[in-house]
Amino acid sequence: MIRYIRWCAWFCVLLLAALLVNVARVQVWESAAYGANPANKRPAIERYAQPRGNLLVDGRPVTGSRDSGQLLRYERTYTDGPLYAPVTGFSSQTYGTSFAERAEDAVLAGTDPGLSAFPLWYDLSRGRPAGGDVATTLRAAVQEAAYRGLGGRRGAAVALEPATGRILALVSSPSYDPGLLSGTGTKVKAAWARLNADPARPMLNRALRETYPPGSTFKIVTAAAALDAGVVTDVDAPTHTPDPYPLPGTSTLLPNAGTGCEDASMAEAVQWSCNTVMAKIGVQVGLKGMVAAAERFGFNDEGLRVPSWVSRSDFDTDMSPDQLALSSIGQFNTRATPLQMAMVAAAVAQGGEIQTPFLVDRTTRHGGGLVRRHGPHTLGRAMSPPTALRLQELMVKVVEEGTGRNAAIPGARVGGKTGTAQHGVGNAGTPYAWFIGWAAADGAPQPAVAVAVVVEDAEAVRGDISGNGAAAPIARTMMEAALAGR
Amino acid sequence: MPPPALTAKVTEPEPAPPPWSDTRAPRRGGVGLMLLAGAVLISALGHAYVGLVGRVQISTPHYAAGLAVAALLAHLAVRLRAPYADPVLLPIAVLLNGLGLVLIERLDLATPGQAGAGDQLRWSGLGVGLFALVVVGLRDHRVLQRYAYLSVTAALALMLVPVFFPAVNGAHIWIRFAGLSFQPGEFAKILLAVFFASYLAANRTALALTGRRLFWRLRLLPGRVLGPILTIWLLSVGVLVLERDLGTSLLFFGLFVIMLFTATGRIGWIAVGLLLAALGAYAVGTLEPHVHSRVQDWMNPFASIARGEGPGQLAQSLFAFAAGGLLGAGLGHGHSFLIGFAAKSDFVLATAGEELGLVGLTALLLLYGLLVSRGFRAGLALRDPFGRLLATGLASIVALQVFVIAGGVTGLIPLTGMAMPFLAQGGSSVVTNWIIVALLVRLSDSARRGGTGGSG
Repeated sequence: MIRYIRWCAWFCVLLLAALLVNVARVQVWESAAYGANPANKRPAIERYAQPRGNLLVDGRPVTGSRDSGQLLRYERTYTDGPLYAPVTGFSSQTYGTSFAERAEDAVLAGTDPGLSAFPLWYDLSRGRPAGGDVATTLRAAVQEAAYRGLGGRRGAAVALEPATGRILALVSSPSYDPGLLSGTGTKVKAAWARLNADPARPMLNRALRETYPPGSTFKIVTAAAALDAGVVTDVDAPTHTPDPYPLPGTSTLLPNAGTGCEDASMAEAVQWSCNTVMAKIGVQVGLKGMVAAAERFGFNDEGLRVPSWVSRSDFDTDMSPDQLALSSIGQFNTRATPLQMAMVAAAVAQGGEIQTPFLVDRTTRHGGGLVRRHGPHTLGRAMSPPTALRLQELMVKVVEEGTGRNAAIPGARVGGKTGTAQHGVGNAGTPYAWFIGWAAADGAPQPAVAVAVVVEDAEAVRGDISGNGAAAPIARTMMEAALAGR
Repeated sequence: MPPPALTAKVTEPEPAPPPWSDTRAPRRGGVGLMLLAGAVLISALGHAYVGLVGRVQISTPHYAAGLAVAALLAHLAVRLRAPYADPVLLPIAVLLNGLGLVLIERLDLATPGQAGAGDQLRWSGLGVGLFALVVVGLRDHRVLQRYAYLSVTAALALMLVPVFFPAVNGAHIWIRFAGLSFQPGEFAKILLAVFFASYLAANRTALALTGRRLFWRLRLLPGRVLGPILTIWLLSVGVLVLERDLGTSLLFFGLFVIMLFTATGRIGWIAVGLLLAALGAYAVGTLEPHVHSRVQDWMNPFASIARGEGPGQLAQSLFAFAAGGLLGAGLGHGHSFLIGFAAKSDFVLATAGEELGLVGLTALLLLYGLLVSRGFRAGLALRDPFGRLLATGLASIVALQVFVIAGGVTGLIPLTGMAMPFLAQGGSSVVTNWIIVALLVRLSDSARRGGTGGSG
C-alpha cells in the first residue's frame, strides 16, 4: 500500500504544479493583457483615486476636483467652465479627455515620470505622485474681454504675444461647461448627447479646429508676397487695375464693395480693401510665389500643436489664374483657422518672424517644483523685416483712416485688417466678419499683442463694414486688456 | 490463504518502514510552539497592516489575543494527548486560518455593512474547540473503524437534508436554521472518508483479487464488488443533480477513486472511475443549465463582456489575479471587491492573489502542499490499513478542495462552488477542516509513537 500512497502523493504534487503554473500564467505572462481589458475597472479606479492636478490661468486654478464618494472617486470641476472650455477641454470619467486636459494628462493625472524625484520609489511602493499643475499662457483679462465681446454669437477669438508666441486668449463661442461631462451616469450621458446634438455645436473649438475663408484679411499675406517677390516695389504707385477686374481667362468680373479702387495703389488697396487690386497682384506674384508665401505664414501645415493639434489652414497648390485671383483675396477654397490668422497678424507685428504659438507655459509638481518649461520657439520667417515694416504702416492706416476704425485705441499704435468672407453657393451663407490686428503701447518698440477675431453670424451687411462693425470692437477690447495688463 | 500465484501479484512485499517510525520519534513540542508563535505573529501583523492601510480602527489586539489563546489551547491539547504528533500540522492550520481572517477583515473594509470577520472568528473558535475535543477525546483512531456504517448513514442523511431546504444562489447545499446556515455536505466529507477507509480496509483483498482478467493488469470487475462503486458514483451524480453542487460531487468521487486505488493498486479501478466521471461530467455539463453555464464561463470568461453585460465573476477574478502580478498590490491596496458576490468565500484566493502577488500566492499554495504532504507522511508511517487509508483520504480531501477551487478561480478548470480550506468565509468549512487537521494530528501521533500494531 505504501507504493500507492506515494503515487497519490505524486498525483497531488502534479495538481499543485498545475495550479502554480496556471497562476504564474495569469499573474505574470497574461497580466498585462488582463490589465488592459476595457472591462477591467482597475486602471480607472486608480486614475481617479486622487485629485487631479489643476490648470492655472494667471497663477490661479481654473479647475478643481470633487470627492464624489463613488468608485471613481475624484471628479473634475471647473470654476469658469464655458470661458476656458476651448483651452481646458474636458476631463470626463465617461468620455475621456480633450485639449489641455488631454495633452497634459500625464502630469495632471500624476503618471508623468518627471513628477517624482525618485521614480523608482513609486514603482516599488506602487503609489502614484500627486497630480501636477499646468500653468497656461492665458491672461484672464484678455480671455474675458474676448468671451464677453463675442457674447454667445458663433465665432472665435485668439490673442498672441508676437514676441514669444504665447497664446493670451483662446475663445470659441458659443461654449459649454465641461464640468457637465466630468462624472459618470445618466446625467453625464444626457449632457453629452445634448451638446453633440446642439446645432450651434458648442463643443466645437472654433479657434483651433474650424477653418473659415479668411476673406480680405488674407490680403496681408498677398501684400507680403508681392513685396517680398518684388512684384510691388512702391506701395504708393498706381497699379493700373480696372474696376471691376475681369478674372484672367474668364469673362467673370470681380467687383469691389466700395468705390475708389480703380487704378489704386497697394497702400490704398489695403486701406480700403480693394478686391480688384489685390486679386491682380496675387496673379502677378503667380501660383508658386503665393503658395510659398502662404506656407511661410503657416498655411498647409498639419503639424502645429499648441499642444493640442490645430486644423490645417489651406491654400490650394493647384489653381488656374482666375482661382488664384480669388484665393489672393481669401476666397475660393482658401481656409484658415482663427489661430492661423492671428499668426499672420503676429508675423507683421514681430518684423516678419513667426513664433510657434503655445498654450502651456510650464508644468509643476504638486508642491511647486518645476517639471517642464515651454520657452518661445521660432516657427520661421514669413517675410523680410522691411516688408513687415511696410505692412505695419499700411495696417495702421487701416485703423486710423481706413475700414477698421472701430479697432482704434487712444494712446496706442494699432494696426489691423478687416475682412468679410462670403461663403455658400452664390454667397448665400451668412458672411463671416473678420478682424486681425496688433497693438503697441505708445512708446513701446514692439507690438505686445496680435489678435484675430471672427464672427459667424455678423449682421448681413456685405463688405468690409461688417468686419469693422462686428469683429473690430471685440479685437479692440482684447488688445486694450492685453496692453493694460503690462 | 489465497493461492500463491495471486499473492505474488498483488500483495507486494511492504518496504521496510522508515527507521524513525520504529523507534519512538522525538517529542517536538518546542518546535511546534515556536512555529505556532510565528503563525500567530504573522497573522497579527497582517491584521494590523490591514487596519493601517484602511485607516480604520480595527481591534488587532483582540484578534491577536483570540488567535493566540485558541492556538495555545490547541497546542496544549496536542501536547497533552498527542505528544508525538507532527509539529507542523497545527501551526499551518493556525496560519491559514489567521490569514483567512485577515483577508476577510480586509474585504469587510471594502464592503461596509456585510462584515464577515466576526462570524468567521467565532466559527474558527468553535473549530479549534472541536479540534481540541477530537484530539483529547479520540485516543486511538482505530476506534472509528467500528462506526463505518453509522458514518455512511450519517453522511447520506447530511447530504440529503439540504434538498428539502430552499436553494441559495442556485445550489441546494445550505440548511438555514435559527438564523444560522450550515453546509452539511462539508461534514459529510469526513464521515465518507471514515467509511471508505473502513470499507476498503476490510474488503481490499477481495476488490484487488477478484474478477476475470482482460489483458495486462486490467480485470473485469464482478458485479458483487462493482455495486458499491456504482452506488457512490450514482450518489455523486445525485448530489450534483439534486443539490446542483458540482464541487462536492467532484470531491466525493475523486476521494473515492483515490482511496480505492490506494487500497487495491488496481489501474482498472482508476480507468473505470475516470470513464464514469467523464461520462457523468459530460452528461451533467450538457444537460444541467447551472453547470452548463459554468463550463461556458470557463471556456470563454470574457463572453459576457463581448455581450456588453460587463465582466462576470470569473473575469473579475482573473482581473484580480492579473492585477497582483509578481509581488502584489500590497495588503489592502487591491480591488478584488469588484468580484462582488462570494468575494470572501469562493473567491477569497483572488484577494490573496491580487494583494500578495504570485509570491504570496505561491507561499500559500505551498503551505497547503506542506499540510497535504504531512498527511500522506502520516499515512506512510502508519501500519494499520485503516489508518493509512484514512490519512490518505483526509490529505486528499484537502488537496482536492484546494485544487478544485483554486483551479476554478484561476481559470484552470470550470469553476465550482467550494471553500478554500481555512481561508474562505464559511463556518461549516472552517469547522470541518479543523476536525480534519485534528484527525491528522491523531494519526501522525499514532504513526510516530510507533507500536500501533497492525499488519500492512
